[in-house]
Amino acid sequence: MDLILFILFATIAVVCGISLVVQKHPIGSALSLIGVMGSLAVLYLLLGAEFIAAVQLIVYAGAIMVLFVFVIMLLNAGEEAPGGKSWPSRLLGVPLLTVFLGLLAYLMQLMAPSMGMVTFGSFNTGAKELGRSLFNNYLLPFEVTSVLVLIAILGAIVLARKEID
Amino acid sequence: MNFFLISLIKMGIVTAAFMTTLAYLQWIERKVLAHIQSRLGPYRVGPHGLLQPLADTLKLLMKEGFIPSHVNKFFYLLAPFLAVFFALISICVIPFGPSVEVLGVRTDMGLADLSIGVLFILAISSAGVYGIALAGWASNNKYSLMGGLRSSAQMISYELPMAIALASPLLILNDLSLRTIVNEQAGFYLGVLPRWTIFQMPFPQIFSFVIFLISGFAETNRVPFDLPEAENELVAGFHTEYSSMGFASFFMAEYANMVTVCCMATVLFLGGWHPLFPSTLGSDFVPVLLALAAGAMLLYHGVAQPISGRPWDRLTMPAAGVVFSLVGLVFLVPMLKPFLIPLFWFVSKAGFLMFTFIWVRGTLPRFRYDQLMNFTWKFLFPVAILNLLITAFAVALQEPKS
Repeated sequence: MDLILFILFATIAVVCGISLVVQKHPIGSALSLIGVMGSLAVLYLLLGAEFIAAVQLIVYAGAIMVLFVFVIMLLNAGEEAPGGKSWPSRLLGVPLLTVFLGLLAYLMQLMAPSMGMVTFGSFNTGAKELGRSLFNNYLLPFEVTSVLVLIAILGAIVLARKEID
Repeated sequence: MNFFLISLIKMGIVTAAFMTTLAYLQWIERKVLAHIQSRLGPYRVGPHGLLQPLADTLKLLMKEGFIPSHVNKFFYLLAPFLAVFFALISICVIPFGPSVEVLGVRTDMGLADLSIGVLFILAISSAGVYGIALAGWASNNKYSLMGGLRSSAQMISYELPMAIALASPLLILNDLSLRTIVNEQAGFYLGVLPRWTIFQMPFPQIFSFVIFLISGFAETNRVPFDLPEAENELVAGFHTEYSSMGFASFFMAEYANMVTVCCMATVLFLGGWHPLFPSTLGSDFVPVLLALAAGAMLLYHGVAQPISGRPWDRLTMPAAGVVFSLVGLVFLVPMLKPFLIPLFWFVSKAGFLMFTFIWVRGTLPRFRYDQLMNFTWKFLFPVAILNLLITAFAVALQEPKS
């Protein structure tokens, strides 16, 4: 049952990921990205990380992607025109991509045994354990990240604000 | 196998009840609005207009599903499906009552008890905006696009105070599973005051209840926040181009969202199925008395002041009175008591909140767009954060050591 669900949703994630790149229209791409997020959330759920799955949905599918769609609709972005490709990109694109993917797979294979295998439902971490470790063991990284996000917000405000002469 | 069978039966019951509620909620809304405006409302189909939802559903089913030529067909057809899917799915984590024993089988009243129930509902309700936004965009119509844009902006803005208002009762109750949340609210202070979250110490959550309800109005696109479909500005907003079942799906999604918000408010703030006062003081007899009083009133009005109408209309009120009295007597049957009484309290709380939704629709005018945004960002959001801070301090002070 777990394996069937895993294969199903992993396939959906990959198909949505490919469709994200292939789609001509920005809205189509955005929706494919939502598909990727949703199936990733299901994969987290299969691993037993319920809290992370829910947060994945709330933050990415619920907030960030709504903003994406909002901006695309606001700017009324049209379909992409197929741009003229230069001859090196046509010639080398597919082979280089294959080599890169192969390299990635090889490195993963090399590293995977040392990291250990993961079984379905092995995480078993609820919100409580997550919160405890976040505020005990990882307090400094957590705080530093939040300051980083704050800096990003301030930067966005400074960039977006009109110059007052 | 037993588990699957029980789940299937429960799914059937909940689906049937939910769909009927959705259909009749619309009838109730039209009736209540009509009475607020001194009208009669639907009256012609069936006794007292009771079969109106059936007629409406049939009409919508029979209509031609017209697809305009200028729309983006795939997204145009996907949008109502998404809207109704995300609206209907959240009912499956709502607990309606305690675990009961029916015919020797012990089972929870409610479909599933997720350990992250609250977050699940938040995630689903935040995904619900895609149906509306896509409908607006795919219709390829200025007004629809405006509706979709307004809806997504409004949803993002009101999601924040809603989530923060949800967080403060969770601090007190200390769990994310909806069933545990309700169980934490059992019991009474001084033997009378229920330990619902809006009364619960150390900091009663009355403010976050109000904030949650206001954001709930905005999340479900109801008056006074119905700017996505403001009919005097945008024709019908995002569903202008939809007819037949497409339109019906959006309609159904709106009512389903309303039911979900009301159930969530009941579970999180109003103590779910726990009664208003202890059963030692006779709270078990409240439904009986209410139904008998309603039955007596209907009988009196039906017999003493018969309405002039079709001949069989004169029988409607007395017949309804008899039915109400019989329903009241059902609550006295000892075998049905353990699951009818909690169900009564749950339904009456959620039903009161739904009535509030309709009441507000009949009372308040619509916000202007800048007022809408100012209200959430400059008032609701800071108040919600302040409430969360006070609650956190109160909880931290109350517990000497965690």
